[in-house]
Amino acid sequence: MAHEKKQLLRRLESAKELSRFMADYYYELNEAALSGKQKIAWCTSVGPAELLRSLGYLIYFPETHAAMLGATRMATEMIPTANAMGYSPEICSYLTADIGAFVKGITPLSTAYKGISSVPKPDVLVYNTNQCRDVLDWFNWYGDKFNAPVIGIQSHRSVGEITESHIASIASQIENLVAPLEQLAGRKLDMDALKQAVALSRECSDLWAKCLATASAKPSPLTFFDATTLMGPAVVGRGTLQAVKTYRLLLDELLERVAGGKGALVGEEKFRLYWDGMPVWGRLGMHSTMFAELNVNVIASTYCSSWIFSALDSSDPFKSMARAYTELFIARDDTYKEKYIQSKLEVFGCDGILYHNARTCPNNTNCLYGMPQRLFAKTGIPFVTMDGDLNDLRCLSDEQTKTNIEAFIEQLEEMK
Amino acid sequence: MVAVTCCGPDVQPAIPAPTYYLKSSNMSKAYSTEQSIYAGVDVGASHTKVALIDTAGHLCGHGVRKSGVNFSATAEMCLADALHMANCTPDQVTHTVSTGYGRHNVTYATGNQTEIGCHAKGCYFYFPEAITVIDIGGQDNKIIKLDSQGRRISFKMNRKCAAGTGAFLEEMATRLDIPLSDMDGLARQSSETVKIGSYCTVFSATEVLKYVRQGEKVQDIIKGLFASVIRRVLEMDALTEKVVMTGGVVAHNPYLIDLFEEHIGRVIMTPPFPQLAGAIGAALYAKANQTSDNE
Ligand code: SF4
Repeated sequence: MAHEKKQLLRRLESAKELSRFMADYYYELNEAALSGKQKIAWCTSVGPAELLRSLGYLIYFPETHAAMLGATRMATEMIPTANAMGYSPEICSYLTADIGAFVKGITPLSTAYKGISSVPKPDVLVYNTNQCRDVLDWFNWYGDKFNAPVIGIQSHRSVGEITESHIASIASQIENLVAPLEQLAGRKLDMDALKQAVALSRECSDLWAKCLATASAKPSPLTFFDATTLMGPAVVGRGTLQAVKTYRLLLDELLERVAGGKGALVGEEKFRLYWDGMPVWGRLGMHSTMFAELNVNVIASTYCSSWIFSALDSSDPFKSMARAYTELFIARDDTYKEKYIQSKLEVFGCDGILYHNARTCPNNTNCLYGMPQRLFAKTGIPFVTMDGDLNDLRCLSDEQTKTNIEAFIEQLEEMK
Repeated sequence: MVAVTCCGPDVQPAIPAPTYYLKSSNMSKAYSTEQSIYAGVDVGASHTKVALIDTAGHLCGHGVRKSGVNFSATAEMCLADALHMANCTPDQVTHTVSTGYGRHNVTYATGNQTEIGCHAKGCYFYFPEAITVIDIGGQDNKIIKLDSQGRRISFKMNRKCAAGTGAFLEEMATRLDIPLSDMDGLARQSSETVKIGSYCTVFSATEVLKYVRQGEKVQDIIKGLFASVIRRVLEMDALTEKVVMTGGVVAHNPYLIDLFEEHIGRVIMTPPFPQLAGAIGAALYAKANQTSDNE
């Protein structure tokens, strides 16, 4: 008799809609790249997407492509190529995987979307260093390769309280992008179009925030692992109506689950964890099963909340974009970050925190300067640290992770 | 050294038990075939350990062998050794809990727990107070903090690199061309410690070669290596409360404990069989499972 696998997790119907969104998005980009009918801008994940949209650019996000390389477990094969070119194994493994794949002429897009054979060629690359310096190095490499201009915003980092001078400097940098982008686009900026893009971006962000907030229900209708893939449209589609429509569907389904008392786990949700840091893309399935088997739901994260931009305001596009991009968690100081995580722990009713110590991204890693110990002293909520990486599977041991997590859950059980 | 007697005929315990940590383990009872016993199996990356305890929680037999490549077979052989020592039959084993790297390979286990939980439980059994457990294993080190109720407050594992573990000392013994078992005795003869500062095993090996080239005494190099193990452990976590050390490395190199005490200026406690702490903890879990089954 065939051995039936026990179902551990409930699938979300609307996830199909989100996958369709992503497929349409990549096909549209591919079509534009082949026909040359629409200009393509490459943009960092929290770069000025709204401005680019309003000028008619299609936007491609290399970070999402790099995450795909991770999720398909192709990254580890690509990284050594970039390492050999002088990009250290210690730096961003999005960058090294992406450049390595490009050099090898490989893209996961061609497997996922029939007919696409390469990433879309950029007409311009627009960065924002609010997340790290690596994005600039990354974009500069491609700028050189494609002979395309690389322009962007040099952001403030480790920001405590956000002041008017922070906003003014970022807003003026965004405004300075208008002229070169207009020239490349061959059209003038239409302020109404910009306002509309900002409004849509805000709506998308609000809906995504509401989707994530449903995880405060007990049991949570959502897992962190679901959210990392469901956030695709929030990353690549902000400023578009399609993204808004997609999240309306998702939100309805999540609220329906909450109303019916249905959790994402089929079994009991014994413990609720907060995930700090990036996911291990190549282990999404493994990790989500591992936690579900332990009756644990990882319900909230800093990472997935990074695409919530509550400051966006269509009545004041430049300044509100500047504020939204500066408010970003990754760009803030540790005092802010600590308070932020503490409040999330309360809102989501978490029993523990898992800190992912991602070897190649200290920017998204918050356990290197004593924060776990400080937060534990304040909240009494236990924590565990997991050594790993977003993309480079050479940096982790599955055995170690499993023992670490199991021991942590044993600890939570003892403390109950 | 006190000879450890056990209930089985003429079976030597797998590890010698130095006098200073021999506690009240009741190893001289004869067990009737009706008496239930509980087994804990710790399949570590380097060695597999089996401990048998009786209903009162006394250790009545144990077995230790190199884990090798067939974890399941080694676990069987260790159990046979332990049963022989305890003069018991396999039928008497009511519950078995496995732990360690190969915990899922123990076919006769009725449950499993992580090595973190088992080391904690094994140590708390001997020292029922708030303690910090330092386990120096073959492949990894652990620091586990327990409250006065024996509950885990936190734990840390170091498996990113072999530095500071048994594997590190093994590698260095090979470099120095001396048997691993001689390290403790040689370190005790040292008059001066050489400094080995790197926290990478490969870099440390280079440092050792430098000292060999410079003609430093091998005794001093080994003491330097011991000091380096201590530093690696101290970097992992702050030590609070009372400190208990376990693991095969300290079982075979008790001088490390003396040096550790010197380093931190505190007395370090060790259970009667430091290498068996995880297996004993697993056996205690097996006993607890049995109790809850009966409830
Ligand atoms: S934030 Fe981290 S993962 Fe993202 S681009 Fe920068 S270094 Fe890479």
